[in-house]
Amino acid sequence: MKNPASIQMPVGQTKTAAARSKRLFRSQMTSRVILIIGSLLFITPLFWMVSTALKEAEELGVFPPTLIPLHWRFDNFSQAIQTFPFLRYAWNTFVITVFSTIGAVVSNLFIAYGFSRIQWRGRDVIFGIVVATIFVPFPVTLIPLFIIFAKLHWINTFLPLIVPSFFGNAFYIFLLRQFLLQIPLEISEAARIDGANEMQILRYLILPLARPALAVVAIFAAIAAWNNFLGPLIYLQDESQYTLSIGLQMFRSEHDVQFNLLMAASTLVVLPVIVIFLAFQKAFIENITIGSIR
Amino acid sequence: MTKKEWNNVFLGLLFISPWIVGFLVFLVYPIVSSAYMSLTEFSGFGDMTFIGTNNYQQMFNDSLFWTSLYNTLYYTILAVPVGAIIAIVLALAMNQKLVEIPIYRAALYLPSVLPVYAVSFIFIWLLNPRYGLVNLAMSAVGLPSINWFGDPAWAKLAIVMLAQLGAGQYALIFLAGLRGIPQTLYDAAEIDGASSLRKFWHITLPLLTPVILYDVIVGLGLGLQVFEQAYITTNGGPVDSTLFYVFYLYNNAFRYGQMGYAAAMSWFLFVISLLLALLVFWSSKRWVNYEVVA
Repeated sequence: MKNPASIQMPVGQTKTAAARSKRLFRSQMTSRVILIIGSLLFITPLFWMVSTALKEAEELGVFPPTLIPLHWRFDNFSQAIQTFPFLRYAWNTFVITVFSTIGAVVSNLFIAYGFSRIQWRGRDVIFGIVVATIFVPFPVTLIPLFIIFAKLHWINTFLPLIVPSFFGNAFYIFLLRQFLLQIPLEISEAARIDGANEMQILRYLILPLARPALAVVAIFAAIAAWNNFLGPLIYLQDESQYTLSIGLQMFRSEHDVQFNLLMAASTLVVLPVIVIFLAFQKAFIENITIGSIR
Repeated sequence: MTKKEWNNVFLGLLFISPWIVGFLVFLVYPIVSSAYMSLTEFSGFGDMTFIGTNNYQQMFNDSLFWTSLYNTLYYTILAVPVGAIIAIVLALAMNQKLVEIPIYRAALYLPSVLPVYAVSFIFIWLLNPRYGLVNLAMSAVGLPSINWFGDPAWAKLAIVMLAQLGAGQYALIFLAGLRGIPQTLYDAAEIDGASSLRKFWHITLPLLTPVILYDVIVGLGLGLQVFEQAYITTNGGPVDSTLFYVFYLYNNAFRYGQMGYAAAMSWFLFVISLLLALLVFWSSKRWVNYEVVA
């Protein structure tokens, strides 16, 4: 029985079924073509980055440009690390990333717990305010924040880039709350009857269950910190404190850097992000769709 | 309220207390403070001198202010719809049952998580008038070479193009929206003999409008804040053609020592963003379909 429907159907109907499968085939092929072209276009910048990173300096001036390097210069990477103060920038970026990720995971877990696992009057109104804060454009707070941190003598330290992450982030609160609401409240009630306090419930019941959502927050916070440009640009002024983002940019604007070395350095910057992306693709995609829930 | 209810309010507030502190210190105080600062002459150091609405008057007479506003609106009005169309096309294509979808999804989404500054470095070389890949491809099909970042007529378009690398992220949100459309609607249309185009126009598009609204609101906010790409690729030039609003604001605050003026600019941006968002929400009553809950 290849197609059970066609057995009972009159001749005319079979034709439509054939036409339908033909149409399905055609629309699948159209989609395939669009997606292949689209994927190639989206990957082109990365391809060009790696290809340029491997070229010899002389090959950069060849016209028309070569797609694949004529001579693969893997030592461009070690040269880039020596040309830029790459390791220092990388270390600074790493320190900021680690601490702001810890801040994001810890603070948002507590906050989201308060917004989801405890029922209290006024909770949902305040949560509305949390969501509303997403709509405040960052430039409005930019200058006063700078003044606050300047008064605290925190300019040229990592603190302005780390400390705020310990005070919650509307997106992560939203995401974690959504997740914590799915855990039945009865679990908490049963524990309360057994005499557990909220801290114990959070530590022993909710934390183990919330791991997947916390992982998503950790990944996003880490990538946001690693990629951050404006924050370091404003708060870090001493070259020894620079992160990769402003370090590479400042170095590039002050010295005449060969583009193959800049691309080699960029490849090294992007590599951890790509590895994390490929390893946690599922987490990325789930988070993206949570954003669309109205 | 009973004693237990009071206790719960106390507990809830305790858990969200990091957010409350962050909200007051990093958001409410800065917003109020920048409102006051916008009425003063302030270099960032020393005292603020109250000058009333002078900054605002100066702003409206400042031709660079208008240039930066124009550039930003130009960018936003172009980048948001183009991005939405690309994302919808990719989402429609990904909504087919193809075995290799995960590959396309990874390729299309990956560029959205890469640091903007690194992508900007790549684009400088990708769009190089002589040695760039884009002009190589264009000359292959007989198009003239374009000095993308060096020509005021093209520089904004180059940055719009760069922004499209983020479209994969929105494509996934649209895809989630597409998957939420009940198949029965298409089956019913099929029986009535509707063409693919009619189905798209009368079922898919109306039911995607809530996601389109989300995309427009988010895109609007991000578009008005465009900064980093221009800082790296063009430094605002050529002839101020990519001097975007936040870039000019940044220059005033951190390069020209006109913090009061920059604060006035930030408040004006705040008001514009709110008005545009309200306008979109208000108009959405006419074009967003909430009848079938996806």
